[in-house]
Amino acid sequence: MDFLRPTTLDEALAVKAQRPDAVPIAGGTDVMVELNFDHRRPGALLDLTRIGELAEWSSSDGQISLGAGVSYTRLIGELGDVLPGLAMAARTVGSPQIRNRGTVGGNLGAASPAGDTHPVLLATGARVELASVRGRRTLAAEDFYTGVKRNALEPDELITAVHLPIATGGEQFAKIGTRNAMVIAVCSFAIVLRDGHAGAAIGSAAPTPRRVAEAERFLLDELPWDAPAPLADSFKRRFAELVAAAATPIDDVRGSAAYRTHALGVLARRTLTWAWDTYRGSARACA
Amino acid sequence: MTSTPDVPPAPPQSDPGAAEITTAFTVNGTPRTVGADTRVTLLDALRDRLGLTGTKKGCDQGACGACTVHVDGRRVLACLMLAAQCDGREVTTIEGLSREGRPHPMQDAFVRHDGFQCGYCTPGQIMSAVALLREGRAGTDEDIREFMSGNLCRCAAYPNVVAAIKDVAREGGDHAHL
Repeated sequence: MDFLRPTTLDEALAVKAQRPDAVPIAGGTDVMVELNFDHRRPGALLDLTRIGELAEWSSSDGQISLGAGVSYTRLIGELGDVLPGLAMAARTVGSPQIRNRGTVGGNLGAASPAGDTHPVLLATGARVELASVRGRRTLAAEDFYTGVKRNALEPDELITAVHLPIATGGEQFAKIGTRNAMVIAVCSFAIVLRDGHAGAAIGSAAPTPRRVAEAERFLLDELPWDAPAPLADSFKRRFAELVAAAATPIDDVRGSAAYRTHALGVLARRTLTWAWDTYRGSARACA
Repeated sequence: MTSTPDVPPAPPQSDPGAAEITTAFTVNGTPRTVGADTRVTLLDALRDRLGLTGTKKGCDQGACGACTVHVDGRRVLACLMLAAQCDGREVTTIEGLSREGRPHPMQDAFVRHDGFQCGYCTPGQIMSAVALLREGRAGTDEDIREFMSGNLCRCAAYPNVVAAIKDVAREGGDHAHL
């Protein structure tokens, strides 16, 4: 196995164009497990940890451009205030040691249906930036996930950044796991409420992370946006039903399909309450 | 009675995936150079090439925390890093904590509070605990538990681990030492 360690993005893209078989490695928290257990024998690894450009973030026009190589620990510490939903998801990843190495770019590269950041990226309307020697393009997160552990990357492309709006309303993420740390999600859910936008997405409950369009439409049409009042239980239950109906989970070692569907409804109801409370608070603060 | 096998064992096959790489890094303050297959993890390089067997291999998949070391001052799992990724970096293992033959205050506190039973997870627990203090996460028991959650102890010495960390935090021992 060749080990390729470029120090600039241009160099990395040139290498990836020459060696499309090279597997990119950032924090290594997914790729290394596959190597250690001989589940994968790549001809080459492309180490992205020496590329400073990928480990930066910037802010402009109400958007954050988050470099693919920013660790979860830095995301939580440096961007927790402006990207609260993504920070919540990041806090549930692995352990402090894992969060010191793992990155959102790596989560996207692995594209596991259970990846923790995916529901937030979907619900917030994030765009994924991809680059190759041919140029750059951005894709809506929902167009990025194409199947179980499959994504829209071309063989010569690398994930360079994620673009997300700074939170202006309520954002929530919740995850079910068998313990508090070091767990792969049994199921997870994210909700984002801001003026003119209602995003909701499920994780670990379908072949890909998935937006729940009908539930989003329900929120957009039916939430009392102009006079934000507490929500009736019947309203929350209707939302929970729409979320659960969008799931197509499987039975596996982590949980049964029936449990996942039920738990998603509970997560949806709770997170809607919390996110709406935050939205109401921000609406009052602006009034 | 054992029978002689009819077929002699196959000679070792050449590994078509083999490729060597040289990594120069600092381990516990000493510059080291390791030439090894590109697939060798930092954990295996420390244990098998440098003889630093204090860092333990538990799960080899980032779940147990037994191989926790510090790379450039941050705690990471040595099983989830390739040795080649450490080129030019500073690695600290459990062997690098003592000063002038005296144990680190965290090592002392683990002994004092009985923060272990079999001891296998202990190097990883202590490396995590030292980092946790530096990260400022020792304010409450709840925080300590949360930020030690990446280190499993099958003997369940957890309450004593928390007590040891609280003790060092109270004394401000880590800052005095490192």
